[in-house]
Formats: sequence, structure tokens, C-alpha cells
Amino acid sequence: MSTYPKTVTDKRLFLIDKTIAAHGYRRDALLEILHVAHNTYGYLDKALLLHISEMLNIPPSQVYGVATFYKHFRLKPCPHTVAVCLGTACRLMGSQKILSEIEREFNVKCNEVSENMTLYLSSVYHIGQCATAPNIIVDGKVVGNATVEEAVNRIRQVLKGEEF
Amino acid sequence: MKLEDLQKIALTEHEYRSTYKYRINVCCGSVCSNRGALNVLKELETVAKDTGVEKFCKISQAGCIGICSSGPLILIEPGDYIYEKVTVEKVKYIVNEHILNGRPVKELLYKNSESFKKQCRIVLKNSGKINPYRIEDYIAVGGYSALAKVLTQMTPEQVIYEITVSGLRGRGGAYFPTGKKLNFVAKATNKPKYIVVNFDEGDPAVFANRVIAESNPHLIIEGAMIAAYAIGAEHGYMYVRSEYPLAIRILKNAIEQAKNYGLIGKNAFNSTFDFDLELRVGAGSYVVGEETAILASIEGKRGMPRPRPPYPAVSGLFGKPTLINNVETLANIPIIITNGGKWFSEIGAQDFSGTKCITLTGKVNNPGVAEVATNITLYEIIYDIGGGVTVGQKFKTVFLGCPSGNFLREDQLNQTISDLVKAGVIIGSGGIMVIDDETCIVEMVKTLNSFFIDESCGLCVPCRAGLPQVRMLLNKISDGEGSVEDMKTLEELCNLIKDTSLCGLGQSAPNPVLSSLKQFREEYLAHILEKRCPAGRCNLKTTEVLEDGCTSS
Repeated sequence: MSTYPKTVTDKRLFLIDKTIAAHGYRRDALLEILHVAHNTYGYLDKALLLHISEMLNIPPSQVYGVATFYKHFRLKPCPHTVAVCLGTACRLMGSQKILSEIEREFNVKCNEVSENMTLYLSSVYHIGQCATAPNIIVDGKVVGNATVEEAVNRIRQVLKGEEF
Repeated sequence: MKLEDLQKIALTEHEYRSTYKYRINVCCGSVCSNRGALNVLKELETVAKDTGVEKFCKISQAGCIGICSSGPLILIEPGDYIYEKVTVEKVKYIVNEHILNGRPVKELLYKNSESFKKQCRIVLKNSGKINPYRIEDYIAVGGYSALAKVLTQMTPEQVIYEITVSGLRGRGGAYFPTGKKLNFVAKATNKPKYIVVNFDEGDPAVFANRVIAESNPHLIIEGAMIAAYAIGAEHGYMYVRSEYPLAIRILKNAIEQAKNYGLIGKNAFNSTFDFDLELRVGAGSYVVGEETAILASIEGKRGMPRPRPPYPAVSGLFGKPTLINNVETLANIPIIITNGGKWFSEIGAQDFSGTKCITLTGKVNNPGVAEVATNITLYEIIYDIGGGVTVGQKFKTVFLGCPSGNFLREDQLNQTISDLVKAGVIIGSGGIMVIDDETCIVEMVKTLNSFFIDESCGLCVPCRAGLPQVRMLLNKISDGEGSVEDMKTLEELCNLIKDTSLCGLGQSAPNPVLSSLKQFREEYLAHILEKRCPAGRCNLKTTEVLEDGCTSS
């Protein structure tokens, strides 16, 4: 049962419905639709997944399976995201140390949201910018040749609401 | 689009190009733009306006050149002068000296420009020199003329023949002859047929496909269309990984432009060929690069592989015959059609012709992407193109075909790429990682292993359950608690995983372990027998004898 009744006028939901219709309600478009949903809401919550499953006529288990299989999708809301590249080139240049320092400094575990629900830390494998290893991505912006101090400072900055 | 229209666009573009003397290409690839290339571009435009050089100097954004560690880069034509680490402050000086006074600023030029001489750039020929957002730029350098030739003068059989003659092999890592693959799908009777462009470049430390897509997206589209014509496919999917947002934007724009020009669509060049290309974005899964998993992902399912046969050539996407090719393979096709299969077969080594885009990373002076003929030795790649090992560090080994490749020692560097492929050494999608003596091999193998554990889809037991067992043994060794017996078990286990896993991920995941056991046996033994890490990286639990004779751990 969808918790988003069709009478609710949520513009974001309207956008998702429009995308589904544009794909002709085809089941194979699931990944594309999850992308749109993830981009508009910033995360995928269960009610939203149920709604998509109903619209595409795919069992909820399958939608949930796809949403959790791919690392790109996040199921919990969080205003700030940090991803540390753990690809081989970045690891060779010390990205593992950066990751553990961030975990320690901000009291957050990898692939989890911090306790105060402000920071989501994740690892990513390979973003194709190995020439500037190690790389971290803070709120979608890539910081190349990152050091521990720089990483921590950047994260502090975004947590304060400053742009960099 | 008619043939005359294409020629007209090229002509107009050439006329426009002849009105200016210089062309400044600002690399706006993902690394350079992160480092402020867009500000450099803006500043260049302002300076050009102020100094009046804009009358005879064209300033354009361009795609990735491949030497990302020296970014932001600008490339000035004629002469292909590359300026490295350009900042907003340096712009005025460069414009004044180079454009107004005609004196290239030597001290700001890319230091290792000699490395380009060792390369053989055919796929990357126009990289960094054309604007990836403009289809006209691509048409001006002969783009889509191969497609026009194919659609107006050649039969599908002739296209396949030409590609077979060229000796082109798949560049994704398996090196299967492309002509043969095309033939399989062309012969399949089931309809409709599909073509899938595999741009899920998940191999860590490899970004050659990103360079191609960010600098010359239409080359891939043209290659895919020629291949689609050869096999009789009317629908294509381009699967791009979500970690490449800029490449996605560029490709989306390129597909849109090709549609507007009537290249993608119905009856291009007055032929009977109809084609549609759709972009699909991945979502961060490594195993999806496997050919049956990519099909599952396009179908909107979990990206899990399935047993073969049936091969995708017989039953692929939605159960229909499907051709799946890597970006680099397809990018070679328009070049082969334009210049002929025979021309291509004469490049590089005899039975592995052409070029390979390699990605050089690790402890090397000039990391980046280079395109080399297949008869170049690894030594030349590392020292002549890569500029050797980073100052102050000592060469230890080279890790080829990251992440599932082999370690090679210094005395094995005199082999050429084609030698290696023929000898069965996995070079994968062309990742070459230089490792210095401060890196512990056991630790490195451990990180590779944990990558595979994270990325295993969990479908088959050897991969899902076997790889964690490998990790356990490796941990035991790096903690100083291993035995020689463990090394034997490790080897047996790895061979078992290799033989019994379902897909390429599981089959190749033990490669680094097996290769390191062979090449760096003494390093394992140092951890086990001497309780010592030669690189000084592992925290070994040692038993030391205290002065009063007691032991403490």
C-alpha cells in the first residue's frame, strides 16, 4: 500500500510520476526512475520505494533489492555527504588513513549516518581521477590530492554551512 | 542528414577555423575543472577581449588530454604547446608572450612533452583539441564520415570483413577478436537485436574510457552506430557509471545533438538504417561491468551475472541477440573504416594490432592516460612516458591490470604489451600501477581482496564465501601469526575460487594473491618466519625477550 495518496500535491512526486510515464511504465526503467527519485529527494525512503513499486507493478521486495544492491543509493536522509575513494590508486596514496581519521574526528562510521544526523560517510571505489589520488568527495565536490587536515577542514566547513 | 549536409558543415567549420591563427583549448575534463579550469577559461576570454587577440585567436573548451596530474591544462594550436598547472594569474602572461609576441613560455610548458612522442594516438588523436559539447567540431575533423561511408557504400558483411582484417580485439580486458563477435551477433536470426556500449569502467586506477568520453564523445557514438549497422541492431544502450557525472553530461548532450542532426534516428544518409541510442546510468556496482550483469542492470534488475552459455550473442538483453563492446573498442571502429582494416593491422604488433589506452598510476612522476602501440615495452611506458619512479622512492614492482592482474618484477619490464597478452598475463583494461618499496605486498593484496569482497554480488559460493577465507589467511600472515602451511592453503583456496566461480569477478579475484605468492614469496616468508614486514607497514605481533628473561607479547 502506498503511503503517498495520489491526491497529495507533492511537486517532487509529480516529477517522479512524470518520469515513470515518460518511460511508458516499463519495468526495465526501474534504475532510471530510482536515479530521478534519489536526485529529487536526496534519499530513497520506504514509502517512496513502495510508491514506485506500485506504479511499475514490481514487487516491493524487488524494488528494495535493487535500491540496496547499488551503492549509489542512500536510504536515509542526511544533509551532508562525504565519500572517500578507496580505489587501489587512492589507497596506495593513503586514503584509508583519511577515512579512519574522518571516522574518528566526526564520530561516524563508514557507510553510516552520524549520530546527530548531519553527516553521511561512505566509501567509493574509483571515480576516474586517479592521477590526483587520494580523492575525497565532499557534498559532490571532488577534493584531489587530499590530506587528512584538508579533508577534516573541508568537512568542518560544509558542516558549518560554508561553501568552498 | 544527407552526405552533402555533412560535407557542408565540415566546410563551414573549416572556413571558420581559417579565420583565426591560434586556437587555445582549455581542458575542462573532470580533474582540470575541479582545479579551476573554468576560471582559467573565463579569464582567458576576458584577457583576449582586453588585448584584442580574440580577432585571430579562438578560445574553446576542450576535453581531457589524459595527463590530469598536471592540470589545469591548456593546449595552444598550432604547435600543440601544452601549458601545465595554469592559474588565473598566469593567463595574461601566456597570452601576451605566446599569442602577441609569438614566444612560447618555456618555463610554463608541460615538462614531459617528450612523452607524447612515444605515444601512438589514434583514438585520442583529437582529445583536447575539439570541444566535446559541439558536434560541429567533431565533423570538422572528419567525424561521421565513416558512418556515411558505411551507410552509403558498404554492406554489413563488408563492415565486418574490414574489422576482421584489422585484427581489432576487444579492449575491455578479454581481448576477444571483435570481428568474430560481430559475426556471431550478425548471424543470429532472432530479432530485434541490441547493441550495448559498456562504459562501466569500474576497474580501480583505470580511467582511459573517461578520457575518451570526456574529450571525444561522438567517436564512441559513431563506432556504436557502425557496429549496430553491421549486426543489424536498431536499438542501443550506453551504460555509463554514475561516478562519472561529467562524462554522463557530455554523452547526453552528444546523443541529443546527433539526434537533432538526424544521425541517430531514421534513415540517416538516405539509407534504410534506423537507430536509437539510450543512455543508462549505473549506480555504483563493480560487477555490473561483467557482460551478463550489465544486461541485468539495463533490464532494471540487480546487477548480477548469470551462467553462460547462452552467450549474449544468442540470448542477451531481453532474451535477444546482443552485442556488448567496450568504449575503447567501439572508438577504434570509425578509425578502421576510414583508414581501412589493412592500415590498422600494420600498427603495433603483428597478431595484436592497433593501440591500447593505458592508465599509469601509483608512484610514478607523470600519472595519466597514454595511448601506445601494442609493440611498446613496459619499460618504455614507465620510464619514457611516465617519467620514471617518483623522486626519492625505489621501484619495487608493477601491478598490471588492476585490480585483478599480476605483479611483474623489474627484469620482466622488457616485454611488450602484445607479448604479455599472448603469454596470458592479464593486462585487463590497461591499468599499470607502479609500486615502490615502501608498499607491503601482503597489505596491497589485502586491500585488493577487500575490494572484491565488497563488490562480490553474493550469487555464487566460491566468490561470496571463499574470498573472506582468503582475507582471513592474509590477515593471519600480516599479523605475524601465519605459517608456511597457510601459504599452501591460500594457494589451493585461490585456485579453487578461480576454477569454480561463476563470473569474471570471482574467477579473476584470486589473481593478485596467486601472482604475489609466486613473485614475492620471500616477502610472505619474512612475515611468517621472521615476523618482519620488509616494507615496515604491517603491525606484526612479535614476541620479544625482556632483559629479565620473561617474555611478553
